[in-house]
Amino acid sequence: MRRALPALAAALALALGTAALAGRPALARAAVAPIGPPPVDGPALYEAACASCHGFDGRGVHDQGPSLLGAGARAADFYLRTGRMPLANPHDAPVRTPPQFTDAQIRALTAYVASLGGPAAPPIPRVDPAAGTLAAGRSAFTDHCAGCHQVLARGGIVTGAIAPPLREATPTEIAEAVRIGPYLMPRFTTRQIDQSTLNSIVRYVEWAAHRPSNAGGWGIGNIGPIPEGMVAWLIGIAALLIVIRLIGERSPQ
Amino acid sequence: MSARRDGTPPPGAETVRFIDERVGASPLLKQAMRYVFPDHWSFMLGEIALYAFVVLIGTGTFLALFFQSSTEETTYHGSYAPLLGARTSIAYASAVRLSLDVPAGLLMRQTHHWAALVFVAAITVHLMRVFFTGAFRKPRDLNWAVGVTMLMLSVLEGFFGYSLPDDLLSGMGLAIAYGVAMSVPVIGGNLAFLFWGGEYPGVHELASRMLILHVWILPAAIGTLIAVHLAQVMRQHHSQFPGPGRTERNVVGTPLWPAYALRSLGLLLAVAAVLFLLGGLVQINPIWQYGPYEPWLSTNGAQPDWYLGWLIGGLRIMPPLEIRFWGRTWIPNPFWGGAFFPLVVFGTLYAIPWLDRRLTRDHGRHELLDRPRDNPQRTALGMGFFAWVAFVFFGGSADRVLIRFGFPYEAQIWVARFAIFVVPVVVYLVTLRICRELRRSEQHPLRGWSGRRVRRTESGAFATVAPSEEDRAGP
Amino acid sequence: MSPWRVIVAAVLLALRGGRRGAAPPPPVDPRERELPGRGEHARRAELLTAALLALGGLAGIGFFVVYLLGPGHLTQWLGLALGLALALLAAALIVAGKAVVPQEVAVEERAQLVDEQAEREVAELAAAGAEGVTRRRLLAGAAGVAGVGVGAALVTPIASLGPNVSQRIDETPWRRGVRVVDERGRAILADDVVQGTFVTGFPEGASLRDLASPIVIVRLPPATIHLPRGRDPATWAPEGLLAYSKICTHAGCAIGLYRYPSFRPTQPRPALVCPCHYSTFDPARGAAVIFGPAGRPLPQLPLAIDPATRELRANGGYSGSIGPAWLNVDRGSA
Repeated sequence: MRRALPALAAALALALGTAALAGRPALARAAVAPIGPPPVDGPALYEAACASCHGFDGRGVHDQGPSLLGAGARAADFYLRTGRMPLANPHDAPVRTPPQFTDAQIRALTAYVASLGGPAAPPIPRVDPAAGTLAAGRSAFTDHCAGCHQVLARGGIVTGAIAPPLREATPTEIAEAVRIGPYLMPRFTTRQIDQSTLNSIVRYVEWAAHRPSNAGGWGIGNIGPIPEGMVAWLIGIAALLIVIRLIGERSPQ
Repeated sequence: MSARRDGTPPPGAETVRFIDERVGASPLLKQAMRYVFPDHWSFMLGEIALYAFVVLIGTGTFLALFFQSSTEETTYHGSYAPLLGARTSIAYASAVRLSLDVPAGLLMRQTHHWAALVFVAAITVHLMRVFFTGAFRKPRDLNWAVGVTMLMLSVLEGFFGYSLPDDLLSGMGLAIAYGVAMSVPVIGGNLAFLFWGGEYPGVHELASRMLILHVWILPAAIGTLIAVHLAQVMRQHHSQFPGPGRTERNVVGTPLWPAYALRSLGLLLAVAAVLFLLGGLVQINPIWQYGPYEPWLSTNGAQPDWYLGWLIGGLRIMPPLEIRFWGRTWIPNPFWGGAFFPLVVFGTLYAIPWLDRRLTRDHGRHELLDRPRDNPQRTALGMGFFAWVAFVFFGGSADRVLIRFGFPYEAQIWVARFAIFVVPVVVYLVTLRICRELRRSEQHPLRGWSGRRVRRTESGAFATVAPSEEDRAGP
Repeated sequence: MSPWRVIVAAVLLALRGGRRGAAPPPPVDPRERELPGRGEHARRAELLTAALLALGGLAGIGFFVVYLLGPGHLTQWLGLALGLALALLAAALIVAGKAVVPQEVAVEERAQLVDEQAEREVAELAAAGAEGVTRRRLLAGAAGVAGVGVGAALVTPIASLGPNVSQRIDETPWRRGVRVVDERGRAILADDVVQGTFVTGFPEGASLRDLASPIVIVRLPPATIHLPRGRDPATWAPEGLLAYSKICTHAGCAIGLYRYPSFRPTQPRPALVCPCHYSTFDPARGAAVIFGPAGRPLPQLPLAIDPATRELRANGGYSGSIGPAWLNVDRGSA
């Protein structure tokens, strides 16, 4: 039995370690390393960074990347600005990273991708948070978004993926994501979330992610009972244990 | 002892005479004031729970003067912008108003909620102290049963308490409670219908039922059991650790008056202080942020309060097993994690004095406690049992572990399904080993010692002596 | 050194750490009583107690002042003031209890609890209460009948709390022809539900809060849909539209998560997921359970598309019982 224990511990550690590595999304890396001032040639950038998965004509590559025809400026802007694209390995989860391209490059790429889709390709959406209300936003966000992103936009999980917290999302990015449904997210057309509701949702997310009304004090993450339980034990009970250690004796005198 | 030299009666004698003439309480008071409390710090854990209960009663009374439990609909028109114009129940609106618009309302509400969390936590730590020191043995086995019952009632009390405001988070919890009630074999449907008054979400009176349970029935039950609990402790006298002058037939410690009374009162104030500081400074259960509950809404990351976390762990870890034949579902899935698991845990807790008697074959009365290491089997089995419950508990937060550390959710659940059986065994063995090592190292302080024995020669120099048999003895 | 010994050594060090090598405390006469006396230590303790009491009182007044200052987010200041007041008072009492008042180690004899003579007398007294009573068994039997009868009567009103669970639980507001509407009562059109979106629908005219009311509607490519036997795609998945109960068949939470891949070859298949215990359902295969503790698929609602208005309507009732399972729920598929 003594000899079995280290082996058992090692097996457990191995299982956990494999599980950890299996789930880790790899960091995206740009396929192009610019020398000198970064090029701003849309088609050239596309060919270097995107074509291997999305096809030289934007039609997509089977098993590597979807077609970009009809994706439009909306999708390109979203994925590039949030650094989700370019993605090193098509099987990785595209997560938010610092953008791989400069602002000028992103605009060039976006224009190029938009041109692939013709006049019907969706443009970058406009959104006006000030025109929305927090009440309508809270209601719509709870209806459509809270199931994955948590009622205060702190993020959550779905089987097989993380629904990210929305702290870093800009109003335009939120609007883009709602309309595109990037990665595993569902999309919402104007029939479900019209422009006015979208304005409100964006206003609500900006408010919830940055300045929610924490009237009760320290928000401890705004994710509910788990940190609350930790505070009850690690601050409440811990403090009281110290108090009774001070009051009582440690060993019989 | 503080009689004055000139023979005049000590101060306060008139007051005592006043009481004595009417109630004849002096012998009782004398006995009470000389009552001896053993001093070990771990004997005050139960007091922490008791004083948290006092804070709960005080803050709860304040809340009850404002909260309206009705599930009738209303439109919110208070000070919280994101809820303006929302259709909510009166219960939710009154809880939000109490939190945001009543002066000191949020302080009372948060203190009340923190007190509930700390109350159950203190009971748990106290239970573990009583278990690991063997204090549950005769004559305290009856009191142990009273304590376990109070733990169960307190968990229920807390659940009803945080479900009263009808917010999104607690509403989801109530739906799950309905699912678990339905899952009780054979009678589950009737059980659920009985409490909910029909199919979920139930009749409007459900709110009244939860309110009365939370505000009257359960507090009265817990209060009565506290009185029974304390009465037994006082009748039997508190147990104590072995030590100088301590026997099975006496109690050594500090008398109630004046020192212990002051310290205990100080502890009451300290518990209240910690709870009010938390209640003012750290936000808890911000129901206005969650929004009102509707059966077709849900939020990610919904969790119960910590003392029910073991159940969500059970529900999440359990594979999709249902017992179905002859066209009926005899055991629906939520039963395993939501009802069977707590049944086993509480059943085991209740059975502990009996199990201890069976395993140690010791039916005697014990007033002196064991240090945990003095009964390695009991300590190890207890640690294994608590490790089992703890690991099921941790399985319930696998989503946060994924978000924080990247371990895939499904993989965590699969690991948990095996870990909850493997880890308790490992914990048992490790604890057993540690207890035995601690005891052996006390009995033989130089056991396994490595060094050199030296002897002073006549010339004053030191010479190494060959190691003896005893020195060579290792672990 | 084996890792085993390292673990044991670390734990032992943590537990015994500071006390290694210290001499055991000398045995104390338990009858000693320590008076604070006029020593420096005791005077300091008295001053400290007084100071703590005074400060605590001030903090209490601070609470009163903060409260009077009016509404606003004052919870933190109120909590700080009251908490500090209580903490200072607590400290005062503890210092007093440990260093100001006389400290004493007292010994008390325990009550022996067992008093054999009294026990016997009690037992005899109790038995004597039945002296001279002849028809003991008759009386005992009658008492039993009384107990059961009156006990049952006392307990029976509990049944008024709720009805018997009956077949009523399988009645739902959905039947053929009922229009699917949103939360505000507006009709949901087939074209509202594009691929990749998910829509919550309710039966027109019914209570939104009925557990059987809410459904989720999604659209999938018809080629990917494989419904259980007996469900004709024309009625159960017209144009690839699928409707399932939104209430999880595990414990009753609302299924508010929809996972829809933007690129099928490298991403997981579409799935409806419940946020409570992550039961995962495959809408392409009749909401079969693909992960998690749910024991049966989500009940499906057949749909019809109004040819003129393109409104969505139910084409029948659910394929099985909705919500959490109980005794009378069978497999629930087709």
